[in-house]
Amino acid sequence: MKELSLNILDIAENSVKAGASLTEILIDEDNEKIVITVRDNGCGMTEETVKAAQNPFYTTRTTRSVGLGIPLFKEQAEMTGGSLTLSSKHKEQYPDTHGTVISASFYKNHIDCTPLGDVAASIVTLVQGHPEVDFLFEHKTDRGVVALDTRQLREILGNEVSLSSYEVIVWIGQYLKEQYTENH
Amino acid sequence: MTVNELAEKAGLKPVLVPDGDREVCGAYCGDLLSWVMGRAQSDNVWITIMSNLNVIAVASLSDVSCVLLAEGVELSEDAKKAAEEKDINILVSEKSTYELAVLLGSLI
Repeated sequence: MKELSLNILDIAENSVKAGASLTEILIDEDNEKIVITVRDNGCGMTEETVKAAQNPFYTTRTTRSVGLGIPLFKEQAEMTGGSLTLSSKHKEQYPDTHGTVISASFYKNHIDCTPLGDVAASIVTLVQGHPEVDFLFEHKTDRGVVALDTRQLREILGNEVSLSSYEVIVWIGQYLKEQYTENH
Repeated sequence: MTVNELAEKAGLKPVLVPDGDREVCGAYCGDLLSWVMGRAQSDNVWITIMSNLNVIAVASLSDVSCVLLAEGVELSEDAKKAAEEKDINILVSEKSTYELAVLLGSLI
């Protein structure tokens, strides 16, 4: 993928598929490094599945035998001298604290570092596609924080208004864009 | 033309050729795996300088007839093992991607 924002979208979709009611997308950026963390409270994975997920010949899909989301994300991180870690708690073993955390670090100055791309667009796409679940987004840099918490939106809007309704989606897009203009 | 015939005519070194009688049809050049995944066609020769395990996964997924490693790059051990398991043909050459594309263009 030519932008890390597309990897973020791909990884977060896995979280939603795993039944997460809250998916956190955290980007921590300084002069040297970008650390992207996706944390969810979905069903989690067994130890075996955690290992298998990093193998490109594993997938949760049934239509084909190859799944490349995590392997490619890992490859992109390692290409820059960074790394990817994956840890998970399966719901059978951890009925109260289950979920998955994927964290990938990228060295920005490496020539092969994939650009971050339009993260705001990825966040909007996620909310639009899955208005029934919550997302917490935070992008921290030296200049400030860009953030969105759909739980707060839900509280203000009430249960009547879907987060995927046109006005809300447009507002989220603009809200993130404004923050990027001010804080980046 | 088959993979074996191509290897002989173009002077490509076989790394692993479990299915040398497979027909080749056209070629695709690319190193960004997610990009190749959606674009390489079945039976293509795929020319790349990438040589990790993910290459084998993409080759299997896009059903290319063989992977042609340019610039003499060496396949990682886990990739070699996966290629054996998945019956993926692998050839290698010291030539660059461009030189290989030109050469293949005159042969297939």
